[in-house]
Amino acid sequence: MTQRDAAPGESPETAFPVAALTQMAKEVIEGAFPPLWIRGEVSGFKSHGNGHWYFTLKDASASVSCVVWARDTLRIPAPPDEGMQVMAQGQLSVYPARGQMQFMVRALEAEGEGLWRKAFEATRARLEKDGLLDPARKRAIPRFPRRVAVVTSADGAALHDILSVIARRNPSVDVIVIPAAVQGETAPASLVAALDRVARWGAADVVIVGRGGGSREDLWAFNDEGVARAIAACPMPTISAVGHEVDVTIADLVADLRAATPSAAAEAAVPVLEELVEWLGALRQSMRTGVQRRVVQARRDLKRWAGDLSVRAGRSVERRRARVQQLAGRIDALSPLNTLARGYAVARGADGHALGSAAAFTAGQAFVLVLRDGQVDATVTAVRPGAPPSAGGAAR
Amino acid sequence: MSFEQDLARLEQIAAALDRADLSLDESLALFEEGIKRLRDASDALAKAEGRVTTLVEQANGALEERDAGN
Repeated sequence: MTQRDAAPGESPETAFPVAALTQMAKEVIEGAFPPLWIRGEVSGFKSHGNGHWYFTLKDASASVSCVVWARDTLRIPAPPDEGMQVMAQGQLSVYPARGQMQFMVRALEAEGEGLWRKAFEATRARLEKDGLLDPARKRAIPRFPRRVAVVTSADGAALHDILSVIARRNPSVDVIVIPAAVQGETAPASLVAALDRVARWGAADVVIVGRGGGSREDLWAFNDEGVARAIAACPMPTISAVGHEVDVTIADLVADLRAATPSAAAEAAVPVLEELVEWLGALRQSMRTGVQRRVVQARRDLKRWAGDLSVRAGRSVERRRARVQQLAGRIDALSPLNTLARGYAVARGADGHALGSAAAFTAGQAFVLVLRDGQVDATVTAVRPGAPPSAGGAAR
Repeated sequence: MSFEQDLARLEQIAAALDRADLSLDESLALFEEGIKRLRDASDALAKAEGRVTTLVEQANGALEERDAGN
């Protein structure tokens, strides 16, 4: 520093240290270039261990080194592919350690929304692999929920829409709001926490999760894998309600039912009260009709059985009568009275027993002869054993 | 039994009564049960105003419903 009036860098004595030069270059370049969008082809992409991304953007004749700091990568849906045509927004600067020009990327977009698509497809593939998109997993939305849980922003239009639709359709339904951030970097974690609360709480019949319409970036939390898994893990049926007409979100794929808007979700969840009342009336009528028909049938059956029974009873009496007659005939044929009718007599001793053999008689014994029209007291004058004089009675 | 279960059971009962293969006793028992459930369900619907609450998590992780004031 001997020549006080020499400007810095004008002489060997006032030479710049390298660091001062690159610092000056950095300031000049950053001052000259406002943040801007550039376009080019991605080459040599590398994701560093510390979370920063490095790549080169190039076209036919030139190239520029690019860096995306770790905190900025969070806003970019997916890392770019090699050779991908992208638009990068950022600040041109100098990387002092290499004395190299460097573009610090804040936002990155690919042609045809390629990065969003790529991120979406990657998430979808992971969920698919875990079976979370299986149509067989879809649960039926309860038809008559009494308690509807709503996971959304506490002050958004979505909540307002849902509450007014439910109040209009069925004011007797309870609504439990679980507030969550639905956009911005905190949204995924906030949604996951809210869904976890609903799951732990467990007292809702159905859960609506969503937000009103917005830009693709606004809706991005609903494409988050963690949010999707939290929806899938919800123990009660879920309805996704992300306000967008064209695109499907990952949340839509995982939820048991997709509604295009929060209002539509509320309509899907809550049936109109009057229709319910009407339906109950129809059920009552149907039950009445059913039981009445059964009673009428029972009465008819009873009548038929009663008729049947009397026919059977009649038949059974008839059968018995015939049998009695038959038996009576047989008994009649065997009856000694019949024999008496033909003119025979029976001898009976004093004790009333029939005396059927000559050996039963002794001379002088008194006995009785029983005839068809009376009895004769008799006495034995003599007993003559031997064959009867002819076929016929003993005392003709 | 929840409202949803009440209604599901009611549908079952109505369908069963619609079939003619039940005994008279079964039919009457089902009808009686159905009328009771109908009454419960109608009572539930008659509740004038549902509540709007906010689910709040305490520091200790306990969950609590608070009136949302809507």
